[in-house]
Amino acid sequence: MATVVTVTSGKGGVGKTTSSAALAAGLAQAGHKTVVIDFDVGLRNLDLIMGVERRVVFDFVNVIQGEATLNQALISDKRIENLFILAASQTKDKDALTEDGVEKIIEDLEAMGFEYIVCDSPAGIERGATMALHFADHAVIVTNPEVSSVRDSDRILGILQSKSKRAKEGGKVIEHLLITRYDPSRVEKGEMLSMDDVCDILAVKLIGLIPESKAVLKASNTGVPVIMDTESDAGVAYSDAVARFLGEERPLKFLKPKKQGLLQRMLGGND
Amino acid sequence: MSWFGLFGSEKKSSASQAKERLQILISHERHNRSGPDFLPELQREILQVVKKYVSISDDQVSIRLDRQGDSSILELNVILPEN
Repeated sequence: MATVVTVTSGKGGVGKTTSSAALAAGLAQAGHKTVVIDFDVGLRNLDLIMGVERRVVFDFVNVIQGEATLNQALISDKRIENLFILAASQTKDKDALTEDGVEKIIEDLEAMGFEYIVCDSPAGIERGATMALHFADHAVIVTNPEVSSVRDSDRILGILQSKSKRAKEGGKVIEHLLITRYDPSRVEKGEMLSMDDVCDILAVKLIGLIPESKAVLKASNTGVPVIMDTESDAGVAYSDAVARFLGEERPLKFLKPKKQGLLQRMLGGND
Repeated sequence: MSWFGLFGSEKKSSASQAKERLQILISHERHNRSGPDFLPELQREILQVVKKYVSISDDQVSIRLDRQGDSSILELNVILPEN
């Protein structure tokens, strides 16, 4: 059985694509055959974050419409074995995503032996987003410690609990909270919602806490999933999140600000 | 800056204000979406039926759905005019 994991948030710009790329790469590194699908028809970006933008010939919508086979559209990652990318269409209308079409692709991927199907949802609650979450077994809710992101995450949770296939069949999508762009020094000063605040409000089990990190921009600049930057704080935090997803217990890191030297403090350095 | 501000101010941090505002807003939004989709339609139709017999205004009918354990309770309130 393949497990469908949807990475979603409602709000844009919180780190869905970065997290999808990291999660898929981490699952593949752990030895699971994994595909990550971009559901953002018209505004694809997963290809760029994964560094495969020049290898996209056919996309997700081409496969749904029968213009290409899955084998032609799947891009295999050259760095990580077991990792494949399915790009979104840049030109087609988002109505091209049909429930039957998406279901057929998921079934075919399952038949090809994929263990994890990671769906990178677009922002919003329109068709692309609802299609991305419809077949979810698990949902990773990406949230920034900021009021509009938390509110939109709650809205998406409501949709998962009423509109997803599992919900309609009387079951439940397994929800995980992933807090990104966390700045413990601002939390300590009372300038940012804390991890506990966000967990209290959303009442979803936390799977990872990703600190605000320079490594994320560097990773997207170079087209390498940030989880592969094993020296970086964000890379380590994503590795921990993937391990927890796979059932391992790991203590949370980056809850406290980094200790700064006296000179750094005098110069007002923050990172 | 006031002198007293130096000794821990009374003002709440912006993060705790954010938390309070979110808790109020989200509990309100959750309440609104917890009802089934047909509730507004049901309310409109009940109002029409009552109006056939008694003259009342739109805000004199209220309808609520509460959950208690396994069962749901549909509460209907119609305020009839005195005459």
